[in-house]
Amino acid sequence: MEHKKEYPLGGVIPKGGTAHDYSTGGWRKLRPVLDKSKCTNCLICWVMCPDSAIITEDGKMAGFDLDHCKGCGICAVECPDKVKAIKMEQEAE
Amino acid sequence: MAITATKGQTGLTGNSAVAYAMKQINPDVCAAYPITPSTQVVEDFSSYVADGAVTTELVTVESEHSAMSACIGAAAAGARVMTATSSQGLALMWEMLYIASGMRLPIVLCNVNRALSAPINIHCDHSDSMGARDSGWVQLYAETVQEAYDNMFMAVRIAEHQKVLLPIMTCLDGFITSHAIENISLLEDQEVRQFIGEYRPATSLLDTDHPVTMGAMTLPEVYMEFKHQQSEAMKRAKDAALEVMADFGKRFGREYGLFETYRLEDAETAIVILNSAAGTTKVAIDELRKQGKKVGLLRPRLFRPFPWREMADALKGKKAVAVLDRADSMNAFGGPVFNEVRSALYDLDNRPKMINRIYGLGGRDYKVKDAISVFDELAKIAETGKIETLVKYITL
Ligand code: SF4
Ligand code: SF4
Repeated sequence: MEHKKEYPLGGVIPKGGTAHDYSTGGWRKLRPVLDKSKCTNCLICWVMCPDSAIITEDGKMAGFDLDHCKGCGICAVECPDKVKAIKMEQEAE
Repeated sequence: MAITATKGQTGLTGNSAVAYAMKQINPDVCAAYPITPSTQVVEDFSSYVADGAVTTELVTVESEHSAMSACIGAAAAGARVMTATSSQGLALMWEMLYIASGMRLPIVLCNVNRALSAPINIHCDHSDSMGARDSGWVQLYAETVQEAYDNMFMAVRIAEHQKVLLPIMTCLDGFITSHAIENISLLEDQEVRQFIGEYRPATSLLDTDHPVTMGAMTLPEVYMEFKHQQSEAMKRAKDAALEVMADFGKRFGREYGLFETYRLEDAETAIVILNSAAGTTKVAIDELRKQGKKVGLLRPRLFRPFPWREMADALKGKKAVAVLDRADSMNAFGGPVFNEVRSALYDLDNRPKMINRIYGLGGRDYKVKDAISVFDELAKIAETGKIETLVKYITL
């Protein structure tokens, strides 16, 4: 798409999954921080994250994709009360 | 009652004729919400769906905003999509109209013209579709039931034309045309199928082998290029419309153009007017012609894109022209048709004197005598070269 004349009609992006290439993490004010020692790998956070920003490895919670995490804090709220393995911290600190 | 005739002559209201055209087109999806005076279009069409006369997926939504949203979703999935509405319904679709045109989805919408509230009114004027004139939709207007029926088929071809790919609005006058029964000539299903052909969308959200993303955000470095593409497509829609109308005329013998002229060629004064009121004006013209007065008419059909060059050519040399608007732009400078026609004539060496008369709002009658008094006024302007009032409400 180097040449502007070749832009696809109506702004159609002619392939899928392109959101992955576009970093939106810069909007974040709060950053989720995981306490691995508490985490039970229930993956409720993975289910609930609206931005698919929970990274899993071998079916286990492995951290956050900070290029796409927008810091909404849903994961921290949804992590079961008895566990509370995610804390939100100020991005600036 | 939905009609059962399959061809030939039959008496139909404008709404039933449009619904019958939709039946013959058999779109993949129709998402609609009924509203006066276009209700019968959707009512008749839903009978066709219930009877299995079409294979259309009819989506009965909870509002017109949802209707247009569902149309957009279906069109993005690659479906041939149609809907119908009026007035407040079109107004509620507003936000989505721009999404449909910006995404270049060739949706066909039949708008049965009705006044916008407030005060609330269910009768005809053009404030609904005129308000949508800058939404990037092609617009076709019709004087008669026959023309409203024929426009539906041409609309499909113009919208889906490879050089266009824009949504299209076909407009007819609420009640006056939508509810009046006219003897019209129907096409055969086979003829319709051959004329409109199959719709082959360039991309489809349902094609998982070729995934695409639609409706993505564009920032200042590209947004303008997409608008430019859209603008160029709108320019091309004029030639596409001419091509489609010529093919329609060749196949079915009914000739249509960018606009219709009536006794215009040797006319010294003329009225420019849309839709059903053109019929009334023609009667006035015949009467005045009997008295030897050289009067004529130009009735725009394709309003978007606006065929300004052709219009200027048709009106050049006239002494005085009145543009009659069935909608006010509320700009204190005349109605939308007036502003555009007047602007189209600006480059002529010998410009006609021009006036604007706003008539027929909210279904107010426009009679032969009203057309005659406009022609009388034009005769005076032609004689003196002086315009007393540029813009004025008539039929008050
Ligand atoms: S803060 Fe929000 S976006 Fe970030 S990982 Fe948690 S749920 Fe996802
Ligand atoms: S919700 Fe809490 S416990 Fe469950 S996987 Fe996520 S961080 Fe671990």
